[in-house]
Amino acid sequence: MTDKVNWKEMKDVGKPKKWQDVPMGGITYGCSAENVETGQWRSVRPVWDEEKCISCMLCWVQCPDRSIKTDENGKVSGIDYFYCKGCGICAQVCPKDAIVMRPESDFA
Amino acid sequence: MPRKEITSGNWAFAEAMRQINPDVVAAYPITPSTDIIMKFADFVSNGEVDTNFVTVESEHSAITACVTASASGARVMTASSANGVALMHEIFPIAGCFRTPIVFGLVNRSVGAPINIHCDHSDSMGQRDHGWIHLYSEDAQEAYDTAIMSVKLSEHSDILTPVFVCQDGFITSHGFEPVEYLDDDVVKKYVGEREPINSLLDTDNPVTYGSFAMSEYYFEIKRQQIEAHKKTLELYDGIARDFEKVSGRYYPMIDQYRTEDADYVIVVMSSASGAVKDVVDDMRDKGHKVGCLRVRMFRPFPTEAVAAALKGKKAVAVLDRALSIGGTAPLVAEIRSALYNSGEMIPVNSCIYGLGGRDFFPKYAEEIFTDLENGKITPEERYIGLLE
Repeated sequence: MTDKVNWKEMKDVGKPKKWQDVPMGGITYGCSAENVETGQWRSVRPVWDEEKCISCMLCWVQCPDRSIKTDENGKVSGIDYFYCKGCGICAQVCPKDAIVMRPESDFA
Repeated sequence: MPRKEITSGNWAFAEAMRQINPDVVAAYPITPSTDIIMKFADFVSNGEVDTNFVTVESEHSAITACVTASASGARVMTASSANGVALMHEIFPIAGCFRTPIVFGLVNRSVGAPINIHCDHSDSMGQRDHGWIHLYSEDAQEAYDTAIMSVKLSEHSDILTPVFVCQDGFITSHGFEPVEYLDDDVVKKYVGEREPINSLLDTDNPVTYGSFAMSEYYFEIKRQQIEAHKKTLELYDGIARDFEKVSGRYYPMIDQYRTEDADYVIVVMSSASGAVKDVVDDMRDKGHKVGCLRVRMFRPFPTEAVAAALKGKKAVAVLDRALSIGGTAPLVAEIRSALYNSGEMIPVNSCIYGLGGRDFFPKYAEEIFTDLENGKITPEERYIGLLE
């Protein structure tokens, strides 16, 4: 139970079956945020309009979840729904109304 | 060669800190623990230690810095008392859960209000349930030795639990008495280097501290802390014996003074046991079969050892230097529970003494023994030395 966290193997362990299997003190492998699908939390979805977008990058700067995708030229290319929690900041800061928020139920 | 000095409990603890040479000390001084940190600041400023000494704006910050430094793999020490300890309250369970070794000089002082700087155990007893090991020292020598020994205890890979090294405020912390210091190189060799696991600074094996654990796993993580305390009960004596090899001094979990053939026993903690032991000697000379059981380790509580030590006694009085207002005082609750579990239905008197530094005189111990001998056993809490 007081073993060192073996972070490289952690992903394959599966759910703990008994208390001894839970990582000691809840200390888990680090640098893992990239694996967490925060997009599951979203109830409203930003929809990007390529025609209206001027790639001013305000949304890219303000997005708290690194969810504004860019192309090889550094221009806005879409939204990463794996991470996007639907906070709506991008739609708020967009000067061209190129991002609108729509309920997830519209896409069900 | 070990050297003897006339010194105080605080200075002896600070001397142990100098010899241990911890990586990080984060502290915010408060009476009566102030001159542990004051003396240690001298060592820092004189270049006698390599410690990163972090001066912070509150006790809450002090203990927070200690926890994070320990999680980073550092050997960490600090000290505090009373309301300073109370302000740290939020962080103590975090230190316990994160399994961060810390050796903490807790100089017992009553928690206000009313504001009072003198000794009782209300500060440490207020923190009894959060996964720290609690060791109570009878005198300055023991505070010094326990500080050094606790490094090994706290950092043991099957324990990994922070330790309070308690001593009685002013009585021990400021009273001057002879203390034998170990040689610097003996202490250095004994404590060695910390070998941290799950260090925040190990960038090849990054770890996350403070993960969310909801109803699925919170309980399991608490169970692990219970296991660490069970391991402490198993491993403590070996660690105490190892310390005896370097110091010649042995500190068991409970200190049994003339209890073996005693009919009546007073159970007590810390400095007041000196007065009780003195009375035991006097009464033994007059033919009374009395003894003193000093509880040194309060967490984990050595239930079985206590029950074994009290087995067959005619009556016991438990002296608490802390209250649980509206309930049962901490030490007597443990003692009654230990006796009940072992099937020993021994009558127990619960005596509160010494709150806010109220003196505990030998005559009180004699009266307490006399009541036991005369069968004056009552379930009500008694108040020793109270104006009434």
